[in-house]
Amino acid sequence: MKASQYYTAACLAALVFSVAGCATRPAAGEFGVGPRTSAERRYVATLQPQQVLRPRQLQSMRVSIVDARGQAVNDANILVDGGMPQHGHGLPTKPRVTKSLGGGLYEIEGVRFNMGGWWEFKLAINGVAGADTVTFNLDL
Amino acid sequence: MKIHWTRVVVSISLFSLLTGVYADTVGGDRWSAAEIEQISSLSLRGLDALPPDPTNRVADDPRAVILGQRLFFDVRLSSNGRVSCATCHLPDREFQDGTPLASGVGATNRRTMPIAATAHSPFLFWDGRKDSQWSQALGPLESPVEHGGTRAQYAHVIAANYRADYERIFGILPNLENIPLSAGPVPDAAAAKSWEGLSDAQRNAVTGVYVNIGKAIAAYERRIQYRASRFDRYVDGLRQATGTEQSALRPDEVAGLRLFIGKANCTQCHNGPLLTNNEFHNTGVPAGRGLSADEGRLAGANSVLRDEFNCRSRWSDANRAQCAELEYLVTDAHTLQRAFKVPSLRNVAERAPYMHAGQLATLRQVLDHYNRAPEAPAGHSEVKPLRLSALELRQLEAFLRTLSGGTTAPPMLPSVTALNQNR
Ligand code: HEC
Ligand code: HEC
Ligand SMILES: [Cu+2]
Repeated sequence: MKASQYYTAACLAALVFSVAGCATRPAAGEFGVGPRTSAERRYVATLQPQQVLRPRQLQSMRVSIVDARGQAVNDANILVDGGMPQHGHGLPTKPRVTKSLGGGLYEIEGVRFNMGGWWEFKLAINGVAGADTVTFNLDL
Repeated sequence: MKIHWTRVVVSISLFSLLTGVYADTVGGDRWSAAEIEQISSLSLRGLDALPPDPTNRVADDPRAVILGQRLFFDVRLSSNGRVSCATCHLPDREFQDGTPLASGVGATNRRTMPIAATAHSPFLFWDGRKDSQWSQALGPLESPVEHGGTRAQYAHVIAANYRADYERIFGILPNLENIPLSAGPVPDAAAAKSWEGLSDAQRNAVTGVYVNIGKAIAAYERRIQYRASRFDRYVDGLRQATGTEQSALRPDEVAGLRLFIGKANCTQCHNGPLLTNNEFHNTGVPAGRGLSADEGRLAGANSVLRDEFNCRSRWSDANRAQCAELEYLVTDAHTLQRAFKVPSLRNVAERAPYMHAGQLATLRQVLDHYNRAPEAPAGHSEVKPLRLSALELRQLEAFLRTLSGGTTAPPMLPSVTALNQNR
């Protein structure tokens, strides 16, 4: 999705769920590396950064994915996206899943957050339980 | 009842301190804890240690630093014997030249960039078409408007003047006896024809020497860094929470800082200790007068992937896994059109004019540009009109002037000083 579409989508979502205003920072409890349930509750994902997440650095992280019953999900197709809803821009690089490590664990490489602040980090997961997306809110 | 105002003020301040609303000390400038954290993230103290350069095995070899300095200042590395890197990157002018467009053997179509701290930058040039300091250095040497010479010529300069120093660092210099005095993959037809006439082995021998020239120059450039500024001293005071920061910055400069991190949104791109995210953005800067269209990062991102000397090339000392910057590069987004590298704002007041082709003459013009945020001549500008008052613009400019602290570089070698005096 293009940054502008992404922004519009975020704003629409904010309206639909009547969150106060467009692209408002979520509550503190919504931040962090998870465990985080996907939009349609098909999966639960947890990020495992390989280093402390820092702005401007090219970094890698792992994500562990389980289904609604807690079973590890292997062989899922995962697309990585993200951006800053308050600024309307996406990620500056094209990160992707480079390895499936087994046990529901995947390696994501090429992630960069080019400024501090609230970032959304999104995984579109297509696996045994179907297609779903999970969105993490990260504070850099 | 008589109210003791001093007591009220003190207790409000204490309350603020305890609740973390104002983490600063009584009497200091008023910042929230989050603002102090944001301001601290801009301090030079937060700069990472010099990152290793896996593409350049001599990056941290002190002998290469010395050879690199001599080459940086050597005018024999040019077609007319009059141009060195220092012709445009003047050490006493923040390693730039203070003109809108540079002149070497001919005239360039972009402005000379300062060199300090470029070891921290994954991509070089206004369009980021190079991914290491050494591969960057090889650009101007063969550019017809900069040094104007060829790699064969430069290999001969090494053989004639630097053989012993070169061999101590890089091993035996190849035999250049049958190599013409001028040959290289350059626009000049005669030199290009001579280059085509060489065998693969000869071409690789010459290119190997050429690459090592770049690697030595990079070892020198790595050590060119920024010095702390008045702003950094302000942050030190702020963090120690002693209230001493006020002696480092005047109230109008502090007001400018507040705008910089707040309403004016400058830290969206000018962030971190170098006041740059090292990325590429379209900020609607007008095209340079009389210059042909410049696509900026759109061209640069595609060109670095194909570059003869990039991280993945045979001339790089890195393995492929160390070339992640190329691996995850964005090359096709519409946002790349006319996006240019975000310059560091350190020492910015000392080096007018501004922007990639020196389009804006003063800091005031730069701030007026951000305030109006005109449409980009091509692509889409990411900045929106700020609607700041004249007073706020002056405050913002006052803040930018606190970022000057100068540059450090390896001390000038006596031999280099002598060479420059003979010019
Ligand atoms: C004729 C003037 C001229 C000469 C000579 C010259 N440069 Fe430059 N330099 C420039 C210009 C102009 C740019 C920006 C060009 C662009 O973006 O296309 C630049 C950009 C750079 C950058 C990129 C900085 C950044 O932040 O990305 C570095 C590093 C640099 N030059 C080093 C060198 C070295 C090393 C030499 C000698 C081998 C050299 N330059 C010779 C004018 C010159
Ligand atoms: C969207 C990213 C972005 C934002 C926001 C931004 N800048 Fe810039 N800035 C850039 C880029 C990119 C350039 C170089 C543009 C060019 O040369 O075409 C630049 C250039 C500059 C320059 C000229 C430096 C030089 O060496 O030429 C100054 C000064 C500057 N910005 C100050 C500011 C201030 C002050 C603000 C806040 C009002 C600000 N910038 C906001 C991206 C940004
Ligand atoms: Cu942002």
